[in-house]
Amino acid sequence: MTIATRRGILATGTGLAIGSAIAPLSRARAQGNTIRIGVLTDMAGTYRDNTGPTSVAATREAVAEFGASHGFAVEVIEADHQNRPDVGSNLARQWYDQGVDLILDVPTSSVGLAVNQIAKEKNKAYINVGSATADLTGAQCSPNTIHWAYDTYMLAKSTGGAMVRAGGDSWFFITADYAFGHALERDNAAFVRAAGGRVLGQVRTPFPGTTDFSAFLLQAAATRPKVIGLANAGGDTANCIKQAAEFGITRRGIRLAALLLFVNDVQGIGLQTAQGLVCTESFYWNMNDKTRAWTQRVVRRTPNNYPNMIHAGCYSAALHFLKTVAAMGVPAAKASGLDLVNRMKAAPSEDDLFGRATIRADGRRLIPSYLFEVKAPAESSGPWDFYKLLQTTPAEEAFRPVAEGNCALVRT
Amino acid sequence: MLEFFETITGIPAPLLFGQLLLGLINGAFYAMLSLGLAVIFGLLNIINFTHGSQFMMGAFVAWMLLAWAGIGYWGALVLAPLIVGATGVVIERLMISRLYKLDHLYGLLLTFGIGLMIEGYFRNEFGSSGLPYRIPAELSGAWDLGFMFMPVYRGWVVVFALATCLATWLVIEKTRLGAYLRAATENAPLVQAFGVNVPRMITLTYGAGVGLAALAGVLAAPIYSVNPQMGTNLIIVVFAVVVIGGMGSILGSVITGFSLGVIEGLTKVFWPEASAVVIFVIMAIVLLARPAGLFGRA
Repeated sequence: MTIATRRGILATGTGLAIGSAIAPLSRARAQGNTIRIGVLTDMAGTYRDNTGPTSVAATREAVAEFGASHGFAVEVIEADHQNRPDVGSNLARQWYDQGVDLILDVPTSSVGLAVNQIAKEKNKAYINVGSATADLTGAQCSPNTIHWAYDTYMLAKSTGGAMVRAGGDSWFFITADYAFGHALERDNAAFVRAAGGRVLGQVRTPFPGTTDFSAFLLQAAATRPKVIGLANAGGDTANCIKQAAEFGITRRGIRLAALLLFVNDVQGIGLQTAQGLVCTESFYWNMNDKTRAWTQRVVRRTPNNYPNMIHAGCYSAALHFLKTVAAMGVPAAKASGLDLVNRMKAAPSEDDLFGRATIRADGRRLIPSYLFEVKAPAESSGPWDFYKLLQTTPAEEAFRPVAEGNCALVRT
Repeated sequence: MLEFFETITGIPAPLLFGQLLLGLINGAFYAMLSLGLAVIFGLLNIINFTHGSQFMMGAFVAWMLLAWAGIGYWGALVLAPLIVGATGVVIERLMISRLYKLDHLYGLLLTFGIGLMIEGYFRNEFGSSGLPYRIPAELSGAWDLGFMFMPVYRGWVVVFALATCLATWLVIEKTRLGAYLRAATENAPLVQAFGVNVPRMITLTYGAGVGLAALAGVLAAPIYSVNPQMGTNLIIVVFAVVVIGGMGSILGSVITGFSLGVIEGLTKVFWPEASAVVIFVIMAIVLLARPAGLFGRA
C-alpha cells in the first residue's frame, strides 16, 4: 500500500508540475511577434547542476546579448522534465502547440529521444544540448534536430582513445543499466577494440537506486584490467570514484576512465579524490579571456554553479537560433521548423565560446573536443580551477563520420 | 574448502568472501536505519517516511560542521545526531503529534510530504552534484586481508553500527526507561496514570529515532556522495527491510538488516542487474507467507 500511495502522490505532483509550467504561456500567447525558446531540462533531479537552472541562465544570457533591436521580442520559458520521457513528451507537445519556436537543452537521453520524435511530428525546431546519445544523429536522426555540444561517440573517441594510446589496453566497464549507459559502453568498447585493446567484461548496475558500487568495483578489479571504464553519470560516477579511492583500486595501478564527467561533478567529488582523472568536454570556463569573461556574466545569474559544456552549448545554440530567425524573418521562422533548422545548418554558428562551427546534414554540430586531466589540489589556483588540457581533437575528427552513423537523412 | 566454493559457485572464492563482507557493511546501514524506523513505529505508530531525508540531513550537517565551524568527523558523530534529532522533536511537536488519533496513512502522508520538502530545500541550497567529505585521518588506509583490500573505515562502520544497535536494544529491553517505553506502547493511558509523562516520552523517542538516522548519515558521508538524493535511494530498501523483519520489532530489524545486506551482496555477484530488486522479491514472499514479518507478532 505504501508504494501505491507513493505512486499516486508522485502522479499528482507531476500533473501539478505540468500545469504550472504551462500556465504562463497562455497569457503570453496574444503577442504575435514574439519568438519563444523553451528550455526543457532537469531542474530538481540528479542532473540539475549539470544542466538545469544554469542552462536557463546561459540561454537568458544569449538573449540579453542578442539585444532587442531586431524587431521582435524574445521570451525564454523553462520547465522540469524530471528525467521522465512521459513528462518530457507532454511538455514538449503542449509547448509546441502553444507557439514555442525552439525547444532547447533536454538532458537525459531517453527524454532527448522522445522529444526528437515530437519536434519532427509537429514540424518545429529542436536543438538538443544535454543528452549524450549519438543516436540523435544516427539511427534516430531527424531533419528538425541539431545535436549541439557533445555525444557518446565523441566522449569515447577522446577519453577511450587516449587511454588506449597511453597503454590502457584492457578494459572492464561499470555501466548504468539504461539507454545512455549502454550507448556509452558500446561506443567505448568499439574504440578499445579498434585500437587493439581487449574488453575483459562489464557489469550492468541498476539505475537509479545503486549507492554502493564497491561490490562492482571489486568484481572489476578481480579481472585485473588496466582501465575501469565508468559508463555512468552524475552521482553514480561520483560514488564510483570515491569508493575506488577508498578500496585502493587506483593505487594498485588500475586507472579509472570517467567516460562522462562534468566540471560540476569534480566540484562535488573534491580535487583530493578526483585528481588525475581524465575526462572530455567541449568547453571549459577557464580556457581563455573570452570564456572567463562569459563565465563571470553567467555566474552572476547562478552564483554557486559554474558553466560546463552543456551550459555553454545552450548559450551558443540560442544565439545561433536568434541570428537565424533575424536573418529569415519571424513569419518565415514560425511557418516551418524544417526551414528554420535548414537555415541554421546552412550557415556556420559563431560565438566567443566555440568560435566558428559547421553543422552537418545529419544534425551534428562539429566542434573540437578537449581531453582534460583533473588537477591535484596543489595545482589548482582557486575555486573551480580544476582542469589542465591534455589534448585537442579537431572538429572534423571529433565526431562519428556521417557514413557510419546510419542516418536516413544522408543515406545515398 | 576454497576449491569447494569455487566448484559449486563458479566464482573465485576471494571474490565471494569480499562480496559477503561488503554485504555485511551495507547491511550495517540498513540495520541502523531500520532500527530507527522500528523504534518510532513501535511507540508512535507512525511510519516515518521522513527517515531518508533525516539520514541525508545527518550527512549534510556533518559537512556543515566541518565547512562552517571547523568541527571534524568525531565532533559530527556526536553533534549531528543531536542537531537533526532536535529538528525531529520540533517536527513531532508541531505536526506529527496532531495525527496520533488518525489512521497510519495520515502519518505516512505527512512524513512523506515533509521528507520531499526537506529534500527540495537542500537541493535548492546545495545543488544536486554533492559535496566532498573525507574519511578522517585516523580511519583512512586499509588492511590487506588476502582475499580483499579492506578499508579501515568500512570495518569501523560495521563495528560502530553493531555497537549502536546493541546499545539501543539494551536501553529498550533492560532499563527502566525502556520498560516505560514498552509499557506505553501497550497501554499509554495506563502508564500516564502512573505519573509518567507519555507525550514527552513520545517526543523524545521520535527525536532519538531521527538521531539514529542522522548518525547513519554521518557514517555514510565519507563513503557515499553527500547529495540531497542520497536518502531517497536507500529509504525504500530500508522500508522493505522493516517489513521483512516485522514492523516494530527491534531485534528483527537489526538481524534482517544485516542478512539482507549479505543477500544483496551475493546477488551483485551472480546477477548484478537484479541486485536492486532482490530485496523486494524477498519482501513479497515474506508478506505472502508471514504477513507480520519474520520477527513480528501477528
